[in-house]
Amino acid sequence: MIEAKPIGDFCINSRGRRIVIIGNGIAGVTCARQLRKRDSAAQITIISGETEHFFSRTALMYIYMGHMKYAHIKPYEDWFWEKNRLNLVHDWVTHIDFEQKQLQLQQQEPIAYDILILALGSKSNKFGWPGQELKGVQGLYSYQDLESMEANTQSCARAVVVGGGLIGIEMAEMLRSRNIPVTFLVREQEFWDNVLPQEEAKLVGRHIREHHIDLRLGAELDKILDDGTGKVKAIVTKDGEEIPCQFVGLAVGVSPNIDLLRNTALEVNKGILVDEHFATNIPDVFAIGDCVEYRTPPPQRRPVEQVWYTGRMHGETLAHNLAHQPVPYKPGPWFNSAKFLDIEYQTYGQVPSTWEKPTGSFYWEHPDGRKCFRALFDEEKRTLLGINAFGMRLRHEFFDEALRNGTTVEQVLEQLPTANFDPEFYDKLYPSILQAFNQQFGTSLQPRKKKEKKGILSIFGL
Amino acid sequence: MHMKMLQKLGLGIFLAALLLFNLLLFMGNFRLTEQKLQQVTSPENYEILRPELEPILGKTYSTSFAFSQDFKKYFGAYNTRQQENEQWDRVIWDDYTFAATKAASEGFVANNKLLLLLLTVALGTAGALLNILPKYRDEPAGIKHNSVMFSSNKSRGVIGIILGAYLIGIYVLLYWFPEFIVNWTLLVDPLSQLLSGGPASQWFLYGTIYTLAILVMGVRMFRKYRGNKYQTLRTSSVMFFQLSFAFLIPEILVLLNKPWHDFKNIWPLDYTFFYDYRVDGFLNSGSIGMLMFVWGILLIILGVPLMTYFYGKRWYCSWVCGCGGLAETAGDPYRHLSDKSLNAWQVERWMVHGVLVFAVVMTLLTIVNYFSGFELLGQWTNTLHEWYGFLIGAAFAGVVGVGFYPLMGNRVWCRFGCPLAAYLGLVQRFKSRFRITTNGGQCISCGNCSTYCEMGIDVRWYAQRGQNIVRASCVGCGVCASVCPRGVLKLENGPEQQRIVDIPILTGNESVKVLS
Repeated sequence: MIEAKPIGDFCINSRGRRIVIIGNGIAGVTCARQLRKRDSAAQITIISGETEHFFSRTALMYIYMGHMKYAHIKPYEDWFWEKNRLNLVHDWVTHIDFEQKQLQLQQQEPIAYDILILALGSKSNKFGWPGQELKGVQGLYSYQDLESMEANTQSCARAVVVGGGLIGIEMAEMLRSRNIPVTFLVREQEFWDNVLPQEEAKLVGRHIREHHIDLRLGAELDKILDDGTGKVKAIVTKDGEEIPCQFVGLAVGVSPNIDLLRNTALEVNKGILVDEHFATNIPDVFAIGDCVEYRTPPPQRRPVEQVWYTGRMHGETLAHNLAHQPVPYKPGPWFNSAKFLDIEYQTYGQVPSTWEKPTGSFYWEHPDGRKCFRALFDEEKRTLLGINAFGMRLRHEFFDEALRNGTTVEQVLEQLPTANFDPEFYDKLYPSILQAFNQQFGTSLQPRKKKEKKGILSIFGL
Repeated sequence: MHMKMLQKLGLGIFLAALLLFNLLLFMGNFRLTEQKLQQVTSPENYEILRPELEPILGKTYSTSFAFSQDFKKYFGAYNTRQQENEQWDRVIWDDYTFAATKAASEGFVANNKLLLLLLTVALGTAGALLNILPKYRDEPAGIKHNSVMFSSNKSRGVIGIILGAYLIGIYVLLYWFPEFIVNWTLLVDPLSQLLSGGPASQWFLYGTIYTLAILVMGVRMFRKYRGNKYQTLRTSSVMFFQLSFAFLIPEILVLLNKPWHDFKNIWPLDYTFFYDYRVDGFLNSGSIGMLMFVWGILLIILGVPLMTYFYGKRWYCSWVCGCGGLAETAGDPYRHLSDKSLNAWQVERWMVHGVLVFAVVMTLLTIVNYFSGFELLGQWTNTLHEWYGFLIGAAFAGVVGVGFYPLMGNRVWCRFGCPLAAYLGLVQRFKSRFRITTNGGQCISCGNCSTYCEMGIDVRWYAQRGQNIVRASCVGCGVCASVCPRGVLKLENGPEQQRIVDIPILTGNESVKVLS
């Protein structure tokens, strides 16, 4: 906790201050919860037009697939909010008066604030394709998007999903769960290969096809055709191929949802510009989550980060700053995870799609082609830079520590038995990973596992 | 497409066999003869009952209902008379209703036992397997929960409610009106003769169907959790223990003139273990009886604490136990129906520990009574036994425990009622190496873990704050870890230090140490 400054200079710190949060996603809700823990007098209000209660956005797909109902994806029971005196307002904000410190709502009375936290989230990108406003064409970000996807796919003989990223593959999986044939247009030469190295991208691509998804690599959308009643009837690719379909999922990324703030005194660029404390250019107005753009990104981070985990950390940090002591945002080593159909993916540290010397790479793939492991490291210092794991689970804490301590790639590989997080009785993958590494680099690494006292006497702590 | 047709055919065969099975209860006639009465009663009782039952002897009834009504009427009239005259020693305490009704059954069912066994139980099993085996055939291994929430059967729709009502009905008949299902027990007579040398009781019928349900639905588990070694091994284990320990070995013991005994059943789930007739049975059965008795006591005082210390209560609840075996196989389609609310947890804690106290107190009184030569409490413990047997043994474990699968999930009994689960849970909570580890800050709060937790644990509550899950109720089925899309959960046995962390810190944010 360095570079702290007095809280009084940072924000209004009066007793019973009115803190209003726009947005009830992971960033806004985490911030509200942490604020409540540290400031029992503050009046905290969370406004959302999307849903009354917080839900897990990443779980929307499971409602469509029938794995869960809406109630299941709410992380807290409905009594939680009142018990913690978090006042929920279910309405859309239509205007922010930064001078008067007041919010106009669509339905309800205006709300005044002392401190305003903008946690506005994202919206789906649309790149001006002809026909993108037709019925049956949509992105997937909000609860309303999910509802319209349900309605739009009621009688659907074929769907097209555009965009080879995380939301694209989710939409394809959702549609396949209802046995709807899917054509998946990916502009890149391999799936998500602007993020994943070639081998990983190819592995996922194979798995996509294994799920009977018509994956079209290097294919771009040109236009969407109208059936004459305002509904989609087909798409045309840049190659001129016409693919008849009744649903088009646009999953070409998301952007900060800041339309509300255009032409106001608040400084925005791609997102709301914030400093390292999440302060905007207006006093007592802060922003966190997807809608944020760092003026100076933290080391090795991009200016806009739209990930669940970063949203959560923003919320944690800002709550600390508002209620305790302002500290700059300092995320630890990067981590992320996803699930591509049946293949789980975890990444720790920095693994870009391409790299150059002095970065070296070690890649291992299981003969079944569904599991792989990559480690990037500094060829001179041997320190680990990052890892990708597909189809296997690894311990976050182990890699967090290894990356912070500059552990060498050899040390990390030797400790893979400790790092392993696969369920009990699963085939051990580390022997063949180590063997491959030894072969490639002429080493003779052996797996090491922390010895742990085990036995009858351990019951008594002996 | 071809396979889909085959699967539908399998389902059709299963349903047809089930329909026929149910129709059997209404087939044939019921006629008690002197000879039949002699077969099912003791010689002295036969002499008494023959004249009493004279009006119904040789009379043909078209339903078991009508027959057993009359049987009970005349049988009861005799007993009432003795009681009114305070001739207590002449009252017949044995209940012959089931045996007499079974003996009285004649005609189509009684004459075609083996054929009908094949057409109902065997064909139903074959149909179910035909439906199950091709499942997920063209799909890569992975979680198979598509459309669960849209299913009428699995999501408390009309089919689920009908099925629940049907199961409840079956249990009511089994426990309190077995004379109505004598035709079913006739079918399994040949199997019972083969195993134990005797005719089938309703309990043998129940054991047969129960074991088949675990085996067939176990195969379904193999299909559903293909590629998941934990689930596959665990399912194999419950299938093995049910088939051998709970079904075959006890019957073979009977064949050898030893008491029926399930070596893996543990007091207080096995609440009759210390009842005088059980203890006498052990003591009168030579060295094998002694083995049963000593083994049973060792399980209670050493087996449960030691095994639970090393592996958590899962070693029993989801690897060995018969109730758990059914819940984990036949009950798997309903696991998400358990209530995850904080309220349900409060009810659970009071209820399950309440049953444990009830069982312990009852058993202590029984033992005291036994050693005092029935001087101290007399027949009072019998009343207690009757109430426990009715409320806990039959109504809770049976009717609610299984009948409520499609309504409240597959672990209602284990969660709210099982005294052994409560005992195992206390050890697991306070002195065990078992926990579900949360993987740093990787949780996305999606809710799959909580939704599919059959014990109604809100797993996500812990996972999203980076906290290990240490709960008395967790049976270690491992499904939370299986359904987690981000690899956040792992069932582990490890050092007790760091097992429980009250105020966890989420990995990943170096700005602040967040106290979740």
